[in-house]
Amino acid sequence: MMGYRMIRRTTASRRMAVLAPLAALLAAIVLNFVLYLLMGKDPGAVFYAMLLEPFISWNSFAEVLLKMTPLLLIAQGLAIGFRAKVINIGAEGQFVLGAIFASSVPVWFPQATGWWLWPLMLLLGAIGGALWAALPAFWRVRLNASEILVTLMMNLIAAQLLAYLLVGPWKDPMGFNFPQTVMFQWDAMVPTLFPGTRVNVALILALVWSVLAWVYMQRSFQGYQLVVGGLAPHATAYAGFSEGRAVWLSLLIGGFAAGLAGAAEVAGPLGQLQRGIASGYGYAAIIVAYLGGLHPVGIVFSSLFMAALYIGGDNAMVSAGLPASAVEVFQGSLLVCYLAAIVLVRYRFARPAEVAA
Amino acid sequence: MSLLSLRGLSKSYGTVRANRGIDLDVAEGSIHAILGENGAGKSTLMKLIYGVESPDEGEIFWQGDKVSLSSPAEARSRGIGMVFQHFSLFETLTVVENISLIVPGRKAELTSRIRELGRDYGLEVDPAAHVHALSVGERQRVEIIRCLMTDPKLLILDEPTSVLPPQSVEKLFETLLKLRDRGVSILFISHKLEEIRSICDHATILRDGAVTGNVDPREHDAHDLAQMMIGRDMPAPRPFEARAPGPVMLELAGLDCRPDDPFQISLKSVSLQLHAGEILGIAGVSGNGQGELARLISGETRRHPEARAEVMMMGQPVGHLGAAARRKLGFAFVPEERLGRGAVPEMSLADNTLLTAHRLGLVKRGLIDRRAEEAFTARCIADYDVRTPGPQAEAGALSGGNLQKFIVGREIELGPRLLFVAQPTWGVDIGAATAIRRKLVDLRNAGTAVLVISEEIEELFEICDRIQVIREGRLSPSLDVSETRVEDVGRYMIGAEERARP
Repeated sequence: MMGYRMIRRTTASRRMAVLAPLAALLAAIVLNFVLYLLMGKDPGAVFYAMLLEPFISWNSFAEVLLKMTPLLLIAQGLAIGFRAKVINIGAEGQFVLGAIFASSVPVWFPQATGWWLWPLMLLLGAIGGALWAALPAFWRVRLNASEILVTLMMNLIAAQLLAYLLVGPWKDPMGFNFPQTVMFQWDAMVPTLFPGTRVNVALILALVWSVLAWVYMQRSFQGYQLVVGGLAPHATAYAGFSEGRAVWLSLLIGGFAAGLAGAAEVAGPLGQLQRGIASGYGYAAIIVAYLGGLHPVGIVFSSLFMAALYIGGDNAMVSAGLPASAVEVFQGSLLVCYLAAIVLVRYRFARPAEVAA
Repeated sequence: MSLLSLRGLSKSYGTVRANRGIDLDVAEGSIHAILGENGAGKSTLMKLIYGVESPDEGEIFWQGDKVSLSSPAEARSRGIGMVFQHFSLFETLTVVENISLIVPGRKAELTSRIRELGRDYGLEVDPAAHVHALSVGERQRVEIIRCLMTDPKLLILDEPTSVLPPQSVEKLFETLLKLRDRGVSILFISHKLEEIRSICDHATILRDGAVTGNVDPREHDAHDLAQMMIGRDMPAPRPFEARAPGPVMLELAGLDCRPDDPFQISLKSVSLQLHAGEILGIAGVSGNGQGELARLISGETRRHPEARAEVMMMGQPVGHLGAAARRKLGFAFVPEERLGRGAVPEMSLADNTLLTAHRLGLVKRGLIDRRAEEAFTARCIADYDVRTPGPQAEAGALSGGNLQKFIVGREIELGPRLLFVAQPTWGVDIGAATAIRRKLVDLRNAGTAVLVISEEIEELFEICDRIQVIREGRLSPSLDVSETRVEDVGRYMIGAEERARP
């Protein structure tokens, strides 16, 4: 590489924006190929189970779509804030609060019926997530308290609140003392899309949400103001855009989406509020958002990809005997490779001859 | 024999050929000017001589020997010193501590040498003073002393006068002449023609990275030099129309502002009145409160609602309003920093028009009208001669002058009743600077109130009706340009006026 230099491109390269994730995937595969050889696993079998099986088998793919739904919802919401440089690490807590708010309906009214039950729960969940995000927004705007720290710490509070409800007032009296609520009634469940699978209407909502996010970020003036705030805070003050409003919008949108995802989780695959609800979607969605380049279209693909990686990782553990930590190594190395490759979107290598010319 | 000779020096950055086949001879004991517009390749050439960059082609001869200067340390060891335009001093250290970072020796020795050099060359500065407490002129002296400590044969000064008030400029020139008389050659980079004519005995003129002239500047007038520099005739300034001032568009009445940040300047009872159809200039050495004043006027700093009447615009109290609300009243503002404040570097020019021009029908029902945005941007680019591939080019990819033309254009297109421009031509080449000044005068003639903050006194004298000088957060009384000399303004800049009249 002697003499090679990085030169800033005059405009961000669209081609590289598409190629960078693929290059990162390839690099991660090569790195982990070596790892699997050292571990004495058959790389072919591992990669088949991890990367191909999720897309080949319909059952597996349905699970991928199910897993993708919360990731897509949360990541789209978070990405809006991230582009405004409002770093919401609290999607996990907002997700849990969404689940709690949604669960309040079937827990308190277990006999209620009606078509409106699950939409009401989803709405309540979204509101719950937004309220949980409103607290850090308030402190940030009022006292300039770092939203990174506040949202992160509020995840722990949310987890304790969930634990309290599950061992205390909301515990299923017939549940053999397991920390979980009653199973929800039929009308409290989000309808499934395909018979025989767990994929439900929430996937449609997530895709609609993605379209809205695209319009908001690419076309609306409000989204534009958020992006300006993220790129150049001084330009925001110069233009007279409100910084406080950007913080509020970013956190409320992120909380709303995470809460909606949490509600869809309890009213979907779980069917009850239980401890397992806090399984890390809120954190994974951060990776999804960045992997998708914080772009609504990119996030659709990255959430699909991350979901496939989860399901594939499970497959690899079962069929290729890969330890769970090795799956995490793959996910981690993929992210590192991506961060390295993404530099090429704004920079390019100049050949020595070109530098000297 | 020349002290320094360059033969066929070339240097490119990517596709930009910053230097093309430069030949240069610097004689011993001479003050040699490098003259050129911004972007002509002066800074690149100095970096090659000082070893910051290596040339792609060409040879460097030092005292007759061919050398390759691969680092500033090597250049220094051969006797080449450089004073940069932006100083490289640690503000929290004292003068002698700063110097001891580069020059070996015990502090006591260094202190006495600093005093000695100060006496010899008129570079008096207190060695024990902390740098943050020094004025810009004093900091420059520290930089020069630091270079002189290494006993250089060639001293490179990059636009040394751009940061100085007129009196300090004279003092600097005396120092430079003394240095020359003792056998130190000086490479003097500037685009100020009169300065070069007054002190340099040789001038090499650069245009577009190539040498276009080697002359004795004392034998040519400023007009000739300018022509060599920009390759065409200087546009003549537009004749000034005298006119009766209109209603007051901006008024500050005894504004006091103590910032929370201890490194900012407090403003003390700042008063000014600006009428429609006139240009008021704020002169002063940078760092005397211009930035703080600019933010108070633009609305980037908002006051408590009770203090709203401290800033009056178009007759309304606006002290508590943000920048957008002030723009609605007919205010427009070109800030000193173009990248990151006046424009978002990562965004296209089209998206950058939205920053302030969104009210002009570019946003419909909350959604951006891309066609209107593009059309508006294209108009700014065409009307203000912005050299760029098009509206979709990123702002960060434009040169400073082109971006400034774009921002000035955007703000003028807002149709302001009150236009505020900070450092309108800072870092802008002569052609563009003249065009910008002419636009400002046109606006004034059309009845707009124009406020200009600038460190270039000549510029203020060229376009302003009145000038006020800012120093240490205080504003001088208003001076009528037609009855004021540059030296009068200079006295206010260094505070001599206050001492004379206690």
